[in-house]
Amino acid sequence: MKKGISCHEAAEMIPDGAALMIGGFMGVGSPHRLIDALVETGRRNLTVIANDTARPGLGIGKLITAGAVSRAIVSHIGLNPETQQAMITGAIEVELTPQGTLAECVRAGGFGLGGVLTKTGLGTIAAKDERVVHIDGSDWLYAPPLRADFALIHADRADYNGNLAYQLTSTNFNAVMATAADIVICEPREIAPVGTIPPDHVTTPGVLVDYLVRRDAK
Amino acid sequence: MNPEEIIQRRVAQALRPGSLVNLGIGLPTGVSRFIPSEAGILFQSENGIVGMGARPPEGMEDEYLTDAGGAFVTAVPGAATVDSVLSFGLIRGGHLDTTVLGGLEVDENGHLANWVVPGRMVPGMGGAMDLVTGARRVIVAMQHTAKGRPKIVPVCTLPLTAIRRVTLIVTDMAVIEPTDDGLLLRERAPGVAVDEIVSATSARLIVPDETPEMNLAAA
Repeated sequence: MKKGISCHEAAEMIPDGAALMIGGFMGVGSPHRLIDALVETGRRNLTVIANDTARPGLGIGKLITAGAVSRAIVSHIGLNPETQQAMITGAIEVELTPQGTLAECVRAGGFGLGGVLTKTGLGTIAAKDERVVHIDGSDWLYAPPLRADFALIHADRADYNGNLAYQLTSTNFNAVMATAADIVICEPREIAPVGTIPPDHVTTPGVLVDYLVRRDAK
Repeated sequence: MNPEEIIQRRVAQALRPGSLVNLGIGLPTGVSRFIPSEAGILFQSENGIVGMGARPPEGMEDEYLTDAGGAFVTAVPGAATVDSVLSFGLIRGGHLDTTVLGGLEVDENGHLANWVVPGRMVPGMGGAMDLVTGARRVIVAMQHTAKGRPKIVPVCTLPLTAIRRVTLIVTDMAVIEPTDDGLLLRERAPGVAVDEIVSATSARLIVPDETPEMNLAAA
């Protein structure tokens, strides 16, 4: 059985300088209460690995506004002018990564693979500091696996075994991030009794999940 | 007909019935309104849906059902939702028939630049590099010029999105196909003369003896 904790207990586990994977796509399917609690702690120098930094006032955008992030590995910051500004001034080191490559690097990190070979980005400035690998007459761009200290993810339903089910387009990066961090903290919309999520509706098996954030906890 | 509608109607004709299509945010999104449902085209959005439908009526939104710009959408009957890994597996793996994207520049090699203006606009590539690299066909839907400046140029001055040659360029003035020999002028917009297209294009164009007008009435 997993321990249900409050979002504040979860946030307290995360030290300054930690590397975090955070699920969500433009805030859809992000662990919003967990992010709010993390902002309240005043943490600094966090590395955030995520699809995007949402917008100011939404999801990961709140961590950017709070000055909690010193490094971001993301695919898109176009809808967050604060992240763009921080990138230009150097306040945040932003590594822009093609979205599909980012997803595969997280998968490689969680699945015990040595990295990703992809055609995406070949011959562009995204390949500037990357290795090109020549195999069987074809060039590929190599991208190393990604892991983090913590994954902060959202799910629709969880049970106390930690099994997770997602809804519609809110799965996005949550499912794969649950495989690629030392400690996985999930904020589900609801926690249901064990046995009520049919096995074939479970996307993330509970063995991957360490903590569940309770819905009612302050 | 305004310039956007010319582009959107012409792109809609270029999509193949029954195929899987990704429409970029902005001008490309509006292509869907000119596609009859009997065409059986399925729209993919890279945040994780195959079979994306129109915006829901007000009050019928689902907070967990959005497009890649974060806007509320619907799912058509028979739709499937997937995670980001599978979504990009569809894109990179050659399972996506066509991607329609906006462009900042396209050049004589058919190379597209559409994700960054260094020092001025740094939004990140999002899914654009994967889409242009992996889709079976890439259609660029854009205005022919920006503030009077040609966007179809000899060599892109902006950073490329991919080194792959795009399939078709559809603008408010012309349809242009990148070929081994260069950029071939295929069609002109209603009422637009070939001379006007050539002077609004800084790239070299291959102009055939006859350049038909777009037939925008045809579905």
